[in-house]
Amino acid sequence: MSTLIRLISHSVLAGTPLLFGTLGEIVNEKAGHLNLGVEGMMAMGACAGFMAGYLSGSLLLSLLFAFLAGALGALIYALLTVTLMADQNVTGLTLTIFGVGLSNFIGQYMLVNTATNTLKLPEALNNRLKALSIPGLSQLPVAGSLLFSYDLFVYLSIAIALLLGWYINHSHSGRNLRAVGENPAAADAAGIHVTRVKYLNLLLGGGICGLGGAYAAMVSNGGVWLSDTVGGRGWIAVALVIFAAWNPVRAILGAYVFGAFSVLKYYVPKSVLSLPNAFYDALPFIVTALVLVISSILQKRKNAQPASVGLSYYREER
Amino acid sequence: MSAKRQEQGNRNDSGFSRALLKREPWLHIAKRPEMGKKRGGLLKMASILLAIAVGGLFMLALGYNPLTLYMTIINGALGNAESWRMTIRLMIPLVISSLAVCLAFKMRFWNIGAEGQIIMGAVFATYFALYHTSWPRLPLLLVMFVAGAVGGALWGLLPAFFKARFNTNETLFTLMLNYIALNVIVYFRDGPWKDPGSSGFPKIARFDKVAQLPKLAGVQIGWLIALILVVLVYVYLKYSKHGYEIKVVGASQATARYAGMNVRRIILRTMAISGALAGIAGMVQASGSDMTLAESVAGGVGFTAIIVAWLANLNPFGIALTAFFFSVLEKGSSVMRSSYNLSAEFAAVLQGIILFCVLGGEFFLRYRLVRRSGSKPRETQVREV
Repeated sequence: MSTLIRLISHSVLAGTPLLFGTLGEIVNEKAGHLNLGVEGMMAMGACAGFMAGYLSGSLLLSLLFAFLAGALGALIYALLTVTLMADQNVTGLTLTIFGVGLSNFIGQYMLVNTATNTLKLPEALNNRLKALSIPGLSQLPVAGSLLFSYDLFVYLSIAIALLLGWYINHSHSGRNLRAVGENPAAADAAGIHVTRVKYLNLLLGGGICGLGGAYAAMVSNGGVWLSDTVGGRGWIAVALVIFAAWNPVRAILGAYVFGAFSVLKYYVPKSVLSLPNAFYDALPFIVTALVLVISSILQKRKNAQPASVGLSYYREER
Repeated sequence: MSAKRQEQGNRNDSGFSRALLKREPWLHIAKRPEMGKKRGGLLKMASILLAIAVGGLFMLALGYNPLTLYMTIINGALGNAESWRMTIRLMIPLVISSLAVCLAFKMRFWNIGAEGQIIMGAVFATYFALYHTSWPRLPLLLVMFVAGAVGGALWGLLPAFFKARFNTNETLFTLMLNYIALNVIVYFRDGPWKDPGSSGFPKIARFDKVAQLPKLAGVQIGWLIALILVVLVYVYLKYSKHGYEIKVVGASQATARYAGMNVRRIILRTMAISGALAGIAGMVQASGSDMTLAESVAGGVGFTAIIVAWLANLNPFGIALTAFFFSVLEKGSSVMRSSYNLSAEFAAVLQGIILFCVLGGEFFLRYRLVRRSGSKPRETQVREV
């Protein structure tokens, strides 16, 4: 029983960076843009967030810079795909290569200037990133460790997911966003400023991805800077969007399920089932591939990708 | 031609729309007639120069002299015979994988999985390199070559099958296969193929001499294989029926079907060839350069290949040229690490900036900006050039 509780709370922690990435990509796809740059935006957010925390020791500045760096990556993407109508696939991939390279490059640049050749977050900031202890609640049996003993980022990601769920499906701006993603020409005719909606939501999504990167760099890696700090999580996030059926609230569950796959190897005793470590490390990717195949076989019209995803909108061609 | 009609339309109703809209943008975007190859090339050169300038500004911001850094890169890559050889060595897998990507992209099949196909090619070839060293050298190398192609082809066929059958998103599927392939190497390295002679870190044994590709002119023979493949892929795309079919499917699957083509078969066949090429790149890298199967056998080449193929307009000869340019960047950036303790990832950053600029520049190939009020169609001016 206690193993199960530990597995679940470990899965939540492992799933949180995925959740941020998935939420960011959902917002992007709702605006009609398949952004394959999630990994890159997360890497940029990871670098900016970590370095801001390293230099200032402030959690708020970390979050702010992580968000801004992710949004900056998204701005490059938006400029190219919205205004200059470049190919979304190639632009996104380039953003990933660029973002990961930039993050590693700056990480190395910062490392050179340290005496110990390691970058560690200040102790005070590290403590603020540890699991919260809420008086009265965290001590509850079962529920205490399942619900009330995570770090701030986890609650932040859940709050963002719920807010996005309301924003996309129930708010006025969300309706405009969905209209743009489904049929930009019709949205334009209805008086919606398509370009503005696309820019704002691409930047918002990029910023959320940046927060996920910061989580990977600052919490998942224990407060020590590592090269390739996002390590493919961004790609899983892109695939998780399909699993979540473009629904931010469903993304919460999806991210934790995938988090579970990535930590499963610590919980399956070798005496019960002896599989090579490499298999466990490949597991999230295998499951994602299976999800892709199964969801394409079961293709439903409801809960589908917004219709205009991947296409440039050229106003004069309406 | 449609631009002309559109412009006429704009002129006719401009009074009407001006009355209707309060704020009229002073600039609008119009399609331009096809631009000449020469001007297109110039535009691309300008984009690349802009990218190099932006990269320089970035280095300046970090407190380095960009001119010195760029000279370090060029010297590090082409300064002496040894560095030339290293640069060519880097270029070999990049050229072959870019050709692989090029075939798939021509068909508008987003094969992001060259990385995994390279790995599987190397894994298949490695089996023979480790367990059939009793064979004579030439047959062994040939078998390894074919095994590499088969390994890559199978890894490429998997997403192609699901794409053709269920329209499964190939971008993400091929991507997942990259990570799975990487763990296949890890599995063999830690398990069945672990070198018993290695103490500490698990690794796969160095290939026997007979399983190593020979050298030609100081560099492993892979460069000759790469050049031959460039010509073959060019001929295949330009002059064969298959090449034509790939282009039609890429332009519109509906058209291809209407013309009686078997789209499914074309997708499967092309991806098998694309994967096989990437697999060959893996075999050549493992047998000719690494002389073992390392986790880094693909090392990001499959991703860089996408940039190379796109920059080269999916033209095989352009790919050879672009791959050379990129290898200079990669090799030169690795020198930046030893001389300035800067990360060799500078190459990735600069490659990213280059493609951003070129992607942005392509806009001006297809569109031009026209001033809305009182603008006369400039089409005739464009034609004159």
